Amino acid sequence: MPPHLTDDHAYRPDRLVADDIDAYLDRHRHKTMLRFITCGSVDDGKSTLIGRLLYDSRTVFADQLAALEADSRRVGTQGRDIDFALLVDGLAAEREQGITIDVAYRFFSTERRKFIVADTPGHEQYTRNMVTGASTADLAVILVDARKGVLTQTRRHAYLAQLVGIRHVVLAVNKMDLVGYDREAFDTIRADFATFAASIGIDDVTAIPLSGFRGDNVATPSAATPWYAGPTLLEHLETVEVGGQGAASDPFRMPVQWVNRPDPGFRGFAGLVAAGTIRPGDRVRVLPSGRTSAISRIVTADGELEAATAGESVTLTLADEVDCSRGDLIAGAADPPQVADQFEATLIWLSEEPMLPGRAYALKLATQSVLATIQPPKYQVNVNTLEHLAAKRLDLNAIGVVTLHTDRPLVFEPYQRDRTLGGFILIDRITNATVAAGFIHFALRRSQNVHWQAPSVSPESRAALKNQQPAVLWFTGLSGAGKSTIANLVEQRLARMNRHTFLLDGDNVRHGLNRDLGFTDADRVENIRRVGEVARLMTDAGLIVVTAFISPFRAERDMVRAMLPPGRFVEVHIDTPLEEAERRDVKGLYAKARSGELANFTGIDSPYEAPLDPEIRIDTLAMSAEAAADAIVRRLIP
Amino acid sequence: MADGRHALTHLQRLEAEAIHILREVVAEAERPVMLYSVGKDSAVMLHLARKAFYPSPPPFPLLHVDTTWKFRAMYDLRDQVARDSGMELIVHHNPEARERGINPFDHGALHTDLWKTEGLKQALDRHRFDAAFGGARRDEEKSRAKERVFSFRSAAHRWDPKAQRPELWNLYNARKAAGESIRVFPLSNWTELDVWQYIQLNAVPIVPLYFAAPRPVVERDGLLLMVDDDRFPLRPGEVPQQRSIRFRTLGCYPLTGAVESRATTLSQVIQETLLATTSERQGRAIDKDAGGGGMEKKKQEGYF
Repeated sequence: MPPHLTDDHAYRPDRLVADDIDAYLDRHRHKTMLRFITCGSVDDGKSTLIGRLLYDSRTVFADQLAALEADSRRVGTQGRDIDFALLVDGLAAEREQGITIDVAYRFFSTERRKFIVADTPGHEQYTRNMVTGASTADLAVILVDARKGVLTQTRRHAYLAQLVGIRHVVLAVNKMDLVGYDREAFDTIRADFATFAASIGIDDVTAIPLSGFRGDNVATPSAATPWYAGPTLLEHLETVEVGGQGAASDPFRMPVQWVNRPDPGFRGFAGLVAAGTIRPGDRVRVLPSGRTSAISRIVTADGELEAATAGESVTLTLADEVDCSRGDLIAGAADPPQVADQFEATLIWLSEEPMLPGRAYALKLATQSVLATIQPPKYQVNVNTLEHLAAKRLDLNAIGVVTLHTDRPLVFEPYQRDRTLGGFILIDRITNATVAAGFIHFALRRSQNVHWQAPSVSPESRAALKNQQPAVLWFTGLSGAGKSTIANLVEQRLARMNRHTFLLDGDNVRHGLNRDLGFTDADRVENIRRVGEVARLMTDAGLIVVTAFISPFRAERDMVRAMLPPGRFVEVHIDTPLEEAERRDVKGLYAKARSGELANFTGIDSPYEAPLDPEIRIDTLAMSAEAAADAIVRRLIP
Repeated sequence: MADGRHALTHLQRLEAEAIHILREVVAEAERPVMLYSVGKDSAVMLHLARKAFYPSPPPFPLLHVDTTWKFRAMYDLRDQVARDSGMELIVHHNPEARERGINPFDHGALHTDLWKTEGLKQALDRHRFDAAFGGARRDEEKSRAKERVFSFRSAAHRWDPKAQRPELWNLYNARKAAGESIRVFPLSNWTELDVWQYIQLNAVPIVPLYFAAPRPVVERDGLLLMVDDDRFPLRPGEVPQQRSIRFRTLGCYPLTGAVESRATTLSQVIQETLLATTSERQGRAIDKDAGGGGMEKKKQEGYF
C-alpha cells in the first residue's frame, strides 16, 4: 500500500513518557550513540530512506508532516504520494535543483540507541562531502537500486568508507518494490558486493532488501519478502556492535589542547582522551620531548576522577614540572607513539585549487600544527577501478599516495590504528581553506635515521665573526622590473661597507642547481624552495644573501620567510608596471611571449601575485636604480 | 563493556565533544566571546564552558545582544549568572534601534533585523571578536542541519552555505583572515531532549518562565502573550487574564507565545515537551517570515 499521510505516522512519544516519565528519562540517559552515514548514487533514494527512518521512528511532528504534504504536492517528485526526500533536503538552492549538495546531519532515537546520520550526496564530484561525513561515522549504509545492481559508484562509496576507516557496512538494496521483491535479484547484488568488499578489506557486510518509499524492512519486517529472515534496517542499527578504535584497553593517548593556569599553584593539561585509560600515579611520557612524569590528579568540575578513558574531556596535572603545552601529547610511558617528520600518506584533495608539490601547507593533526611540503604523488588512485595512475599533482576529489615532509617532528600513529593521531587536514596558508584530508600510513625510515648534526660552531658565532646580522634580501617583481640591476648595486654597496654577501640570481641558478626545472607552476614552486634552502644555509654561514627571482607566488615567498628566523627575511618588491617592463623588454622575452614562442611567462599567461605587505617597496617609475639601492641599504644598515 | 568509547552514554559523548570544541576555540582564536541569550540552550552552553576551563573561569566574556523587550525574569537570571560565573557580561543595544524606538508591536520583522541581526554585527565589530559561541543545534531547523560546527563568516558577517569548509573528524580549521570571524556551535549534535536532560542531571539554572505558574496573558493572533510590563499596548476589549502558563522557548516577550501548562518540575516539563506534537519553534514568529527559506536567508545576512 502506498504511504498516505495520516496522523498515525506523525510523531508519537513512547508510551512510557505518559506513564512514567522518570523511568523513560532514565532509559534515555543510558542510551548509547551510533553515528552512521548513508551513501548512494543520485537516484538511489538516500534522502527518501532517511526521511522514511525519521518518519517511521515517529520523529516528524504533525505540523512538519502537514508542511511536507503541502511541499510534496508543490515540488515533490512522487505524484500524489509523500516525497520523503523533502524532509531532509535542507537548503533552498538544493530544493530548487532537487538534489542534496552538502553534508547534513539528522537525529533520531529509538528505545535502545540515539542516532546521528550524516546524509552525504552521491554526485561524482562530491567525494569530499562523503569523506567529511564518513570521518565521524561508525558505520556506513550503502544504497543500491535493486534494478541497477552494484555500480561503479557503489564500489567508490565502499572504497571511500574503507579508506576513512569504517569497518561495518550495511548494503541497503533499495527499491525492492520495483523488482517485485525478487529474491534472485537481491541475492545477485549481495554476492556481487560481497566479492568486491572482501577484496578491499571490508569483512562485515549486512545486506538488507528494502524499500524506503514503501517502508519494507526499514522499521518493520515486510510481508513481501518472506524469504528474508534477517533484521530490518533499524533493528540492525540498534544492535550492531561497532567497537574498534580508541578502546579503553589501548595505550593511553591525550593530545594537549590547552594549559590551564588559574594561579601559580595549579598547572593542568586539558584535552580529550583519544585512546586508553589513565589513573593517578600512572607513568606518562610527554611527546615529542620524551620527558616522563606521573599523573598526579584528574581534575573535572564535578570532582577528581579515579580514572579517565577514551572519549572523555578532562584536565590532568603531572607530578613534575615538565615542559608541556598545546600540541604536545601525553602518552602512557610504556608504549608511546612514534615521532617523525617524513611520512607516507593517502591524501584526498578537497579544493578547486590543485595540489602543488613543493608548496608549504599548514598541517593540523590532533592539536599539532606544522608546515608540510608534499612530494609529487607516487600515484593517484582511480576510485572507480582502484587502478594506480601516474600523476604530477592532485585535483579536486583526487585520491593519491604521497610523501610529506614536516618542518617539525609530529607525534602520530598509523591511521588504521588511530583516527585521532593518524588523520590530518591540510590548509592553504593564503586562503585558509581546508584543501586536503590525509591518512598517515607510516613514517619513512629515512626520517628516523637522518639526525641533525648539532654543530659546535653556532650560526650566531659565525655571524659574530663577520660582525654582521645575516639577512635575506628577497627581490621579487616582474621580468624586466630591474631586480638584478638593483640587487647588483646593493651588493656592491654592501661589499664597500665590508659586509659579507652573496647574490643568488634567477638566471644563474637555472643554469646549475635548478637546470632540471621548467616553468610550470609546480616547477616554479620547487625552484623557489631550493633557492630558499640555499639562502637559509648561507645565512647560517653568516652571510647577507641577496636574491633576484621573479618568485611570482605569495605562498612560496611566505614559505621561504617561514624557513628563516623572524626578521631575517626582507621582502623587496621591485614594483614596475607590466606595461613599463614590457616597454623596456631588456631581454626581448616579452616579445617572444606575446608571439607565443614562450609559454608560462609571468604577467602574460602566468600570474604574478604582488606582495601585500613587503618590508620594502621600490617604485621604479619614481626613482633611479642607484637611488633604490641606497634606500635599500639604508633600511638594512641604518 | 571492553570498548571504552561505547561504554560512554550519548550524553557523556556529547558533553566531551562540546568541551573539546570550547577548548579548541580558546586555544586558536584571538578574541572569543560567548553569545548568551538567557535561554535554556545558552544555559547549557555556559555550564559546559564552566566545566571546560575549571578551575579557571571561562577565559572569554558573555555577550547579550539585547532588544530591551526580553522578559524581566530573563534579565534577572542573566545578571545573576554573570556574577556567579565570574565572567564579564557585555550587554549591547543597537543605538539606531533605540533612537528610532523600534519595537515588536509597531515594526514587525524590522524589530528582529535591527535589534538582533544588526545589533549582533555591531557588537562583534566594536569588540573585534573573532570567534563567537552560539547555542544553536542542528536538529532545530533544516538549514542548521548543514551548518558546520566552526561556521565561517566573511568580514561583512555573511554565511555562504556553498563555500563551507569540509569538517573532518574533530579537527577544526580555525584559520581566518583579518576581519573575518567564526561562529562556533558546541551544541550542534544535541537534540532538544538532550538539552533538557542535561539541565536536569546537572541542575543547570534556567529562567523560571520554563515552568508553569499563574501569569497575566492575552490571546492574540492565535498566540498566548504574556503581559510582562506596562509597555504592552492592550487592544480595546483586551483584559489580561491569570492563566497557568509556561514557555517552550524564550525571546522578546511580545513575540513569544506561551502554552497552557501545569508542569512545575523539570520531569513534568520534559514530559510535556515529549507529549507535544508540534515542533519546538512554533511559539516564535521569526521562522515564519520569508517563506520556506526564511532561516537560511536570515543566516546568510548574519543572524545567528
